[in-house]
Amino acid sequence: MSDLVILILLGALSVASALGLLLSQNAIYAALFLVLNFIIGAVIFLVLNAPFLAVVQISVYAGAIMVLFVFVIMLLGAERLAPTENPPGLNYQRPLAVTLGVALLLLSAYVLFVRPSTSVVMTQPVDTSPQAVGIQLFTTYAFPFEVVSLLLLAAMIGAVVLTRKTE
Amino acid sequence: MDAASFVVFLSSVLFVIGVMGVLLRRSALMTFMSVELMLNAANLAFVAFAHRLGQLAGQMFVFFVMTVAAAEVAVGLALIVTIFRTKRSTSVDDLAQLRG
Amino acid sequence: MDALILSPILFPLLGLLINVLWGKRMSEQAIGWTASFAVIASFIVSLALFLQLNASGADKALHAVVLPWIAVGSLNVSWGFLVDPLSSVMMLVVTGVGALIHIYSIGYMHGDERFQRFFVYLNLFVASMLVLVMADNFLVMFVGWELVGLCSYLLIGFWFKDIKNAAAGRKAFIANRVGDVGFVLGVMLIFATFGSLNFETVFEAAERREESAVLAASAIALLLFIGATGKSAQIPLFVWLPDAMAGPTPVSALIHAATMVTAGVYMMSRAHALFELAPAVQTLIALIGGATALVAGSSALRQMDIKKVLAYSTISQLGFMVAAAGLGVYVASLFHLVTHAFFKALLFLAAGSVIHALAHGNGHGHSSVDPQDMRAMGGLWRRMPITFASFAVGGLALAGLPPLSGFFSKDEILLAALTYSPVVFALLAATAVFTALYVGRQLVLVFLGAPRSPNAEHAHESPVVMIAPLVVLIVLAAIGGLINLPGGGWLHRWLEPVIKEVAKPLNVVLAAVFTLLALGAIGLAWTLYRDPARAQTEGESALGQFLQQAWRFDALYAALVVKPFYAVSTICAQVIDVGLVDAAVNAVGSAVRWAGARLRQVQTGFVRSYGLIMLVGVVALLAYFVIAR
Repeated sequence: MSDLVILILLGALSVASALGLLLSQNAIYAALFLVLNFIIGAVIFLVLNAPFLAVVQISVYAGAIMVLFVFVIMLLGAERLAPTENPPGLNYQRPLAVTLGVALLLLSAYVLFVRPSTSVVMTQPVDTSPQAVGIQLFTTYAFPFEVVSLLLLAAMIGAVVLTRKTE
Repeated sequence: MDAASFVVFLSSVLFVIGVMGVLLRRSALMTFMSVELMLNAANLAFVAFAHRLGQLAGQMFVFFVMTVAAAEVAVGLALIVTIFRTKRSTSVDDLAQLRG
Repeated sequence: MDALILSPILFPLLGLLINVLWGKRMSEQAIGWTASFAVIASFIVSLALFLQLNASGADKALHAVVLPWIAVGSLNVSWGFLVDPLSSVMMLVVTGVGALIHIYSIGYMHGDERFQRFFVYLNLFVASMLVLVMADNFLVMFVGWELVGLCSYLLIGFWFKDIKNAAAGRKAFIANRVGDVGFVLGVMLIFATFGSLNFETVFEAAERREESAVLAASAIALLLFIGATGKSAQIPLFVWLPDAMAGPTPVSALIHAATMVTAGVYMMSRAHALFELAPAVQTLIALIGGATALVAGSSALRQMDIKKVLAYSTISQLGFMVAAAGLGVYVASLFHLVTHAFFKALLFLAAGSVIHALAHGNGHGHSSVDPQDMRAMGGLWRRMPITFASFAVGGLALAGLPPLSGFFSKDEILLAALTYSPVVFALLAATAVFTALYVGRQLVLVFLGAPRSPNAEHAHESPVVMIAPLVVLIVLAAIGGLINLPGGGWLHRWLEPVIKEVAKPLNVVLAAVFTLLALGAIGLAWTLYRDPARAQTEGESALGQFLQQAWRFDALYAALVVKPFYAVSTICAQVIDVGLVDAAVNAVGSAVRWAGARLRQVQTGFVRSYGLIMLVGVVALLAYFVIAR
């Protein structure tokens, strides 16, 4: 039960940081809120018995990816965000989007709280240590692992080609 | 109410906030960060399911999602930089040349 | 052995290949002689095969199955070729006359801009014709049958820059298609009846007079005969042959006189076992042959084009052959086919020589005349003695004067007609008189009297390369009758393994009567046309018009087929196509356009709109899964 308490606290922080991202008028603040959110996510991973992912989350997401974001924001000097005004003809979008978001939220709450599924039984707790994850990664998931490496290579080349100055 | 169910709910809340970010903010950077938030929300759900079912597959999936997200960020930011160079703007509403 | 049997076909194909691949870089002489030697080689091999056949015993036939072709269920067809007495005679005629005409063409086509293509077509024709005559089953025969039709089309329209020539080629093609449908249906029916297309199997079954064979024989014979009417230019499909004269004259000699048009006669002789099972159809064939002979023979009387006369004459002589086949005297029919190949090829080549000489004048500053119009000729015998001799020998052979070749073959057919069918005899007898009459008329108009145009006045004899084949053909046309003297000549004995037929002795009275009639008709022609003014005006009378237009068959078809066809086409084009098909297509188009104009509003170009629409879908799907399930 203590897990749940911790999770509720973490969840509150997480939602708060996400709202901060949504509402901030400065891109740098938004990025920092996102970093905070990712770190909280990493802690939740730890609580949920996923230490490997927690570490990857911190190093890849909060570390590498968000540094890239901040770097680009600084580079472009685009941290000051224009007030969010819709172009003419798109004014219907905001209420519709909010309505749909609320509907989505209600649907998931309905599924989780009003009609919870009881059919799934927890099996034996499994070894989720980084070692176990590594073994899985290089045996069962070796092929997707290789494919993903190709994907990263393609992304790298793509990024280089896109940002190259053309004369 | 167990831990996993709560995390799944938390993930859906974060997901909706991400969706709002994509739909309501004009800046391409904000849109992009919101997408990352949505991806992270999905990751949370995956880990929760993995926890609940006592399987490692969910965690493996998260690993691949993260890798793909990294690749996506690399290309996406490159695109934003290129667009900013020509348009002097990061607003997605300025990019409506594909109007039918 | 297979290779030897196949080589008569392969040699012309080899010549064709050489001329196709390297003809552009070869001189006219090289092209012409390559093609000619290919056919000469083919002739030599045919001769060797013939001699081998002659030396072998009673069961004379060389057979080669080269490749399997179609094997579907019980249908089993191979590329099989047969050299038996019947096909060997045809092979000798095709390659022999073909080789002479190839050599002649070197001179005749000199300077033509598509010289190379002409010889490619000619070689292709010889190869195709050999496939036709050497086939050992109906389907391979049909392949040859179609191929010669194609060559005929290509060569009739050889000078296609004049729209009339292209139209003539098309007319020939379409008329032949009509016949071919009959032929194909006949072949199908043969397969349905006999379960095979091989000559041997089919004819053996037919000779045993199996019940199913007898039942189907009439239909088969009729359908095959329809095929023959197309290819061999009989009523009702003969109208294409006069127009086919649009092609170069050597083509008319080779394809439209000596070989291809006799394919129908050859086919009927080949399949005589089937025709003999259908006596009613045979009677019909004899009558149609006789009627064709008469219609075409009389039409030839009023033609002014030197080649048109010969064209109608060819139709008329083909009528003789078909009538003979209908009367059941296939050997006489084939005999006439061979002699006709000699003297009609000779006549055409001589006519070509005349045309060549007159056309030559057009290029030298004299007044421009139609080089084929007999009214512009006259007096040529002095200027073109060898051509005149050729035309005279060919013409007199055609008229049936002894001892020339035509006398023997025509007499045999007339004798058979007298024996079996008085009606056919009457038709053929009248035709024989007409034949002598138009031969005399043509000889007088072209060669005697005074020249009636500057071109005729300054005409010169043709070059040696054209004259030499004429000389060879003069000999053949003169003595060709020797191959089948009355009373069971060589050809009768030679063909006995294929066609068993009792030979008749010479009927001296009949022969004498027709010789006198022919002489009288030629004399009449001479008295009539000594004054060339008659030729200018004779076409103006109603009868003259009627004959000139070949009994108005073309007008009949125009009224019965062409006009209704155009009317239906117009309705299809202007009412159904525009009103229905086009309208439907346009409706689809404008519907898409309309819907597109509406739907493109959705494409705002704003990424956020698309995202919103996606979200609508996501929520809807989720709601469906949560609530409906």
